[in-house]
Amino acid sequence: MNTKPANDPQLALETQVKDWEGKEVASFLAKQQEKKAQFFTYGGLPLKRTYTALDIQNHPAEDIGLPGRFPFTRGPYPTMYRSRTWTMRQIAGFGTGEDTNQRFKYLISQGQTGLSTDFDMPTLMGYDSDHPMSEGEVGREGVAIDTLTDMEALLEGIDLEKISVSLTINPSAWILLAMYVALAEKRGYDLNKLSGTIQADILKEYMAQKEYVFPIAPSVRIVRDCITYAAQHMKRYNPINVSGYHISEAGASPLHEIAFTMCNLITYVEEVLKTGMKVDEFAPRLAFFFVSQTDFFEEIAKFRAARRVYAKIMRDRFGATNPESMRLRFHCQTAAATLTKPQYKINIVRTALQALAAVLGGAQSLHTNGMDEAFSIPTEEAMKIALRTQQIIAEEAHVTEVVDPLGGSYYLEHLTNEFERKVFEIIDEVANSGGTLKLIEEGWFQRHIADFSYEQALNKQSGDKPVIGVNLFQESGEVADLDTHPHDPTAEHRQIDRLQRVRRERDQDQVNTLLDKLVIVAKDDQQNMLPITIELVRAGASMGDIIERLKTVWGTYREVPVF
Amino acid sequence: MTNKIRILLAKVGLDGHDRGVKIVARCLRDAGMDVVYTGLHRSPEEVVAAAVQEDVDVLGVSLLSGAHMTIFPKIIAGLKARGVDDIILLGGGVMPDEDVVALKKMGVHEVLLQDTPPNTIIQTIERLVAERGDR
Repeated sequence: MNTKPANDPQLALETQVKDWEGKEVASFLAKQQEKKAQFFTYGGLPLKRTYTALDIQNHPAEDIGLPGRFPFTRGPYPTMYRSRTWTMRQIAGFGTGEDTNQRFKYLISQGQTGLSTDFDMPTLMGYDSDHPMSEGEVGREGVAIDTLTDMEALLEGIDLEKISVSLTINPSAWILLAMYVALAEKRGYDLNKLSGTIQADILKEYMAQKEYVFPIAPSVRIVRDCITYAAQHMKRYNPINVSGYHISEAGASPLHEIAFTMCNLITYVEEVLKTGMKVDEFAPRLAFFFVSQTDFFEEIAKFRAARRVYAKIMRDRFGATNPESMRLRFHCQTAAATLTKPQYKINIVRTALQALAAVLGGAQSLHTNGMDEAFSIPTEEAMKIALRTQQIIAEEAHVTEVVDPLGGSYYLEHLTNEFERKVFEIIDEVANSGGTLKLIEEGWFQRHIADFSYEQALNKQSGDKPVIGVNLFQESGEVADLDTHPHDPTAEHRQIDRLQRVRRERDQDQVNTLLDKLVIVAKDDQQNMLPITIELVRAGASMGDIIERLKTVWGTYREVPVF
Repeated sequence: MTNKIRILLAKVGLDGHDRGVKIVARCLRDAGMDVVYTGLHRSPEEVVAAAVQEDVDVLGVSLLSGAHMTIFPKIIAGLKARGVDDIILLGGGVMPDEDVVALKKMGVHEVLLQDTPPNTIIQTIERLVAERGDR
């Protein structure tokens, strides 16, 4: 250690801080102790009383940098919301394609700027609506899609070259992508003009959301196929949304949300590189999806750190040279699991704070949850208020004029640095323990998620984690005065009728021939699954036809649960 | 309590939300109960068969998919068909209040919704088993 000169500003600051602790702080503590001996972020990072330049002095200043420039800590674009407000993308999905199409049109009429689609459980899991496993679930938690005809109804009257559509689906995602392509071609659109996103992030399903069909290897191959197909045919389309959201909602800490997401990202990139495609040919369209949780500053730091980690992974690990391959773009959704049934209207406030953190963290697209989502899927009114929340942040709060307004905050930069450091530690730990796929099969990620979620449940019970209305400021005898979204019992019949009509009217010989061809493609993992699947959906094949046939080739996945 | 309470926790249908059921499993295990968890995507028949085979005191079914009004009647019918009348049936997850009333009429002993504190779940199970008595 060199001896610092007497006029060293850092030394002067250290002296000042010690002096302050000995005088002002000590005298206040003598009068009144602080509420806790040690404070932590929601994710468990220990916090100091305040932060100064000393806390970020050991980190290179260029890591903060400038917006739109490597390492993109301050935002993926140089002008951010000064040029273009984030996309207000409220997710919707229930009943049949027609039912959801109406909600889409309502949301667009209210000023929404992008679409996002929730699918029902049978669609997500690749079952046709008339399969016994689908009973009671058709059109309930999302829209039911069996065939291309349903997709046409879903997107009727919506200009796909003008509005981006996000499809929130995973194990059966490529079939939906195939339907989207088939629909776009039928309508005469230029595939290279379509913008939008398909989630297609299967690894976080094994870790967290638990929507999977096939074993891991063929499932990752399908993700690879979506990415390479889009890179060649759909220049503006995001073929994957590498998602931390579900990892968090399944109970993970914010740190694990980012770290596990990056482990998955690395796996996908490695798979695509094996095909011979260059990183800069596909990386610019990789997109992300994160939650905005309750710890305001931790979340903002999380988003900033995620951008920096990604930039470094893409440049240093994968050798990307195009800056677009290094800039992380993300959709954000407020945290559904924080919504409460008691005093449900205060969910509007929770959501507003989470949404503000997303905006200050530089999100490209945002969904704000409805106040009634602890009861059921949201009503039109709840979605309107959620959308208005975003509009207030965008139009009234004056938070969009300056890019990364909190950049340079000692506290925030310190948290950002901590996040980055710990995320890279976890990535290394995973690599040294055998890699992401092996650890998924061993339940390693699942164990970490379960641990944090259990800890939070106990903290909620003890009151260490206050939740207004649940363990603090409860109201007795509260009667929920809300009308929830009604489940339409006719949707199931309407959906099954249409599916069976499509089956009657299609050329069954053609479908059979194509299904045989599908098996051949599936068995050769050098081939891409998309072209044959596009042919199949055009010929009227249902999702169930395709998935069931592939189960005979690949089998299915069953996890060994960890708790 | 002389004997350990035996409980089977189950996820039925396509629902993949397992955060809650895993917390409950761990709390009950920590409270000294014998806990078996089926894992995801089981059919009502599989769950009933497992409950009988494991000779459990309590069968807890977690549902956050909205399909509870379809799935619980099948489980209740399955238990009846096997002549089982001493397994305490519990529901957990996200369900509308009016459905909770209907489920209890149907034969579900108790429904524990989201945000029920773990200790309340433990106490409820201990009470229901005590009320049923030895078998």
